[in-house]
Amino acid sequence: MAVTVYVASVIQRAVGDQKQLEAEGSTIAELIDDLESRYPGFRVQVSDESGALHRFVNVYLNDEDVRYLQGTGTALSEGDSVSFLPALAGGR
Amino acid sequence: MGGTDGQREGAPPGSAFTPEEVMRYSRHMIMGPVGPVGQRKLRNASVLVVGAGGLGSPVALYLALAGVGRIGLVDFDVVDLSNLQRQILHQTADVGRPKILSAKESLLAYNPHVAVETHELPLTSDNALEIIPAYDIIVNGADNFATRYLANDAAYLSGKTLVDGSILLFDGQATVYTPGQGCYRCLYPAPPPPGLVPSCAEAGVLGAITGVVGSIQATEVFKQILGIGEPLVGRLLLIDALTMEFRMMRVRRDPDCPLCGDEPSVRELIDYDQFCGTPPLVVVEGAEVAAGVHA
Repeated sequence: MAVTVYVASVIQRAVGDQKQLEAEGSTIAELIDDLESRYPGFRVQVSDESGALHRFVNVYLNDEDVRYLQGTGTALSEGDSVSFLPALAGGR
Repeated sequence: MGGTDGQREGAPPGSAFTPEEVMRYSRHMIMGPVGPVGQRKLRNASVLVVGAGGLGSPVALYLALAGVGRIGLVDFDVVDLSNLQRQILHQTADVGRPKILSAKESLLAYNPHVAVETHELPLTSDNALEIIPAYDIIVNGADNFATRYLANDAAYLSGKTLVDGSILLFDGQATVYTPGQGCYRCLYPAPPPPGLVPSCAEAGVLGAITGVVGSIQATEVFKQILGIGEPLVGRLLLIDALTMEFRMMRVRRDPDCPLCGDEPSVRELIDYDQFCGTPPLVVVEGAEVAAGVHA
């Protein structure tokens, strides 16, 4: 299941300085597994050791926060987009 | 600690516009959804801008230009040369001066009809509920997580709409929190551990993105005051300056939110340094010497 992944600037370094890439997975968890296999170190940017998403990183399936779907178990469909968006605090 | 210093040179809220004001605001007043009635709403409105920096500068500037009657600014920092790449209220001659003073001078130079109230102090749990309730709308231009959570909680507890924006590198975000329809804690339940997400000082920020996001925040303030359009409530606008893509994500009220959820546990302001794991602020003679809760 190929989906388009968008990565906010602050964690793009974890995926080779890409802001948009393709990844595989039938769920959000599998998608993170795929990204971790290709970009070791990606997982810790978005989740803890247990696999739970950090509470300061939002993951969106298309425009919906996966916390309001099935979290990392949220199913993906061909052509979906997934966005990883850590909180930003910059204002000045 | 600073104080509040208002200045108003224009007419009182209920009086007629002078010919000079009619001319000054004509491009707004000729628009049907604004008109003289909307312009009066702007003149009678009060807006607090937290932070007189990258975001606060364009927000406050457009509020002043539009004739928003009472503009409050909260900041205690001094102008640094590195601010001048983006903070348009301050100029080279202002380096070393309190931002709050240069900001006020700039705003009044653009429009002497508005009142600019300066709060030269860090926003803290001790003063936020004294300052924020005195304004109709709150704009968040803070540069750290502790102040962001503080402003969020204080605005919610005061029943005020918070127009939020943030920037880093080439990215920007903007949204509007109206009490009962989600808040910053619903969007991000917890702050990142200190040091994990860099600040603008650490990672950098494109100067012009502050103008983009700040202008969007100002636009949302105008919509709130005028009661027009579709506010950014329940939506998070993401801006990527490099691709110039604007995307929209949903923001929902979290029933489990400790502030605005069904069974709230946060009923008063807390220790935000402790919440965010940041060292407490130390201010010596107006100069910031340690990171902490400030705008």
